[in-house]
Amino acid sequence: MGRYVVRRLLQMIPVFIGATLLIFLMVNVMGDPIAGLCGDRQCDPATAAQLKKEFGLDKPVWQQYLTYMGNVFTGDFGTAFNGQKVTELMSTAFPVTIRLTIVAILFEIVIGITLGVVTGLRRGKPVDTSVLMLTLVVISVPTFVTGLLLQLLLGVEWGWIKPSVSSDATFSELIVPGLVLASVSLAYVTRLTRTSIAENRRSDYVRTAVAKGLPRRRVITRHLLRNSLIPVVTFIGTDIGALMGGAIVTERIFNIHGVGYQLYQGILRQNTQTVVGFVTVLVLVFLVANLLVDLLYAVLDPRIRYA
Amino acid sequence: MPEPQEPEGAIAGTGMGGAMDLAVSEANTLEKGPGPAGGPQGKPRSLWSDAWRDLRRNPVFIISGLVILFLVVISLWPSLIASGNPLKCDLAKAQEGSQPGHPFGFDGQGCDVYTRTVYGARTSVTVGVCATLGVAILGSVLGGLAGFFGGFWDSILSRITDVFFAIPVVLGGLVLLSVVTSNTVWPVIGFMVLLGWPQISRIARGSVITAKQNDYVHAAKALGASNSRQLLRHIAPNAVAPVIVVATIALGTYIALEATLSYLGVGLKPPTVSWGIDISAASAYIRQAPHMLLWPAGALALTVLAFIMLGDAVRDALDPKLR
Repeated sequence: MGRYVVRRLLQMIPVFIGATLLIFLMVNVMGDPIAGLCGDRQCDPATAAQLKKEFGLDKPVWQQYLTYMGNVFTGDFGTAFNGQKVTELMSTAFPVTIRLTIVAILFEIVIGITLGVVTGLRRGKPVDTSVLMLTLVVISVPTFVTGLLLQLLLGVEWGWIKPSVSSDATFSELIVPGLVLASVSLAYVTRLTRTSIAENRRSDYVRTAVAKGLPRRRVITRHLLRNSLIPVVTFIGTDIGALMGGAIVTERIFNIHGVGYQLYQGILRQNTQTVVGFVTVLVLVFLVANLLVDLLYAVLDPRIRYA
Repeated sequence: MPEPQEPEGAIAGTGMGGAMDLAVSEANTLEKGPGPAGGPQGKPRSLWSDAWRDLRRNPVFIISGLVILFLVVISLWPSLIASGNPLKCDLAKAQEGSQPGHPFGFDGQGCDVYTRTVYGARTSVTVGVCATLGVAILGSVLGGLAGFFGGFWDSILSRITDVFFAIPVVLGGLVLLSVVTSNTVWPVIGFMVLLGWPQISRIARGSVITAKQNDYVHAAKALGASNSRQLLRHIAPNAVAPVIVVATIALGTYIALEATLSYLGVGLKPPTVSWGIDISAASAYIRQAPHMLLWPAGALALTVLAFIMLGDAVRDALDPKLR
C-alpha cells in the first residue's frame, strides 16, 4: 500500500508540471498583462517597462515559469495586479466553491445512486424508461440553460429562492446552484449505477446471498451495491476536479464569488498570476482526488490489493 | 436477438486479411459478405453488417437518424424552410412574441427568431462535425500508433493525455479563446481539437492494444506483413468501433460546448448566426421575453439529444456483449 502510494505520488509530478506549464504558456499567449493593468488608456512605455521588470515579465517564459513554481512551493502564489495577494483571493474564493462542490457531490451521491439503484433493479419497467429519458434530456440541455431556467422559475417567478447568492454563500443558498452544477454528472451517475447494478444483479454472489435467506435490503446494500459502486466512485472522483473548474458557468449565473468568478475576472483582466495560481490548485485537487479514488477501490473491493 | 455467430466469422468478414486467404481457403466464402438472413446454419456475418441489421430495427436509431438528417439538410439549404434573412432585423419589433409569419417571435434586436434558429443549425453542425473529425483523426492516429508501438513514445503520450485531462475544458477555452478576435468558427474548432483529442486517443490506444493481441494479427506478422499493413488492414477495422461510438456522442457535447463558450463571451461572435450566441443574448432578457431563449435552446438540446441517442444506439449494436 505504502509503495503504491509513493509510486502514484511520483507519477503525479510530471502531470502536475505538464499541466501547470501548459496553462502558463496558454496564459502567456493571452496577451500583454501590463496593457490590461493600464486599462483602456495606452500605457506610458517607461512605466510599462518598469512594471514588466517589477513583475519579472521581461525574462523568457521558461524562466518566469521556474521562478513562479519556486515561489509556489514556498507558499507564495504571487500578487494580483491590484496589489492583493493571490493567496488572499484564494482564501475567500475556495471555501465558497468547496461548499458548492460538496452540495453538488451530495446531490450526485444521494439522488444519482438512488435513481440508479431503483432503475437498475427495475430494468425495462416504466420507471426505468422514464428516468433514462429524463437523464438524456438533462445531459442534452447545456448547464447554463438549465441554470438560467431554474433561476427564472424558482428565483423570479415562484420566489422560492433568492435569484443570486449573497457573499456569505451559505449551504442553504447553494442548494439550487449545487443542483445545477451537478445536473449533468447526476445524469451520468444514474446511468452508470443503473448499468452496473443491472449487470451485477445476475452474478453468483448475489444469488448466493439470496439463497442464504438474507433480507432483500441487506442483499442490495451490502452485496450488490458495494460491488456496483466501483465505476461510480471512479466517475465521482474524477468529477471533483471538473466540478470545481466547471463552476465558472454556475457561479456566473448565480453571481457566486468563488473560484470560477475569480478565474473569470482574472482572465478578463489578463491577470496572469491569479489565473495560474488558481489553476495550479485546481490541478492539484484533481490529481489528489484521483489518487484517493484509486485507494478507495481497495476498500470497496477486497480483492484489489495494492502491493 | 440475432442468431449466435462464430467469432472467427466476424473477424474474417471485417479483416479481409491477406493472411486469411492464404491460411484458410474457406475464407473465400466468408468474404462474400452477409449471407441470407436467418438461414438454417446462419452464415457468419461481419460485425458491421450485424450491427446494421440491429440498427435498422431500432426505433431510437431511426428517430435520431431522421433528426440528424433533417439538421444536415437545413444546414446545407436553410432557405428550404426559412425564406427570411437572419441578419435583417427591425428594432421596432424587438422582443415581440409570436405573429403570423413569425411563429417564434422576435429577439432583442428585432430579428426573426425562427429564421435565426434555422440558420443557426449550420454553425452548430459545422462546429460539431469539424471538431469531431479533427479530434477523431488526430486522436485515433496518435492513440493508435502509441498503442501499436508501445514503449517510450507510448508512455510519453499517456502522460500528455493525463496532463490534458487535468485541465478543465471550459477553463482552457476561456484562457485560449479570450485573445481571439476573429469571428469565424475556426478558432473554436481548433480549440476543441486541441483539448479534445486525448479523450479519443486514450480509447483508440486501448482498443488497438486489444486488437493487436488477436491471432490473425500474429498470423499476419508471421507471414511478414509490414507494420503499416498490420495496422491498416488487420487492426484498424477491428479497433475503430469504440472510436466511432465515442466520437458520435462527443459530437453532441461539442455543440453544447460551443454554446457554453459563446455564453461566456469567448465562443463565436456576431454576425455569425449561432444558437449559442442567440441563447447568450437572450439570457439578459429572460424575464421579459423567455421565448427568445427557449427556441434556440430547444433546438440545441434536440440536436445534442439526437447525437447522444445515435451514439447510444450504435454502441448497443456494436457491442457483442449485449447480444
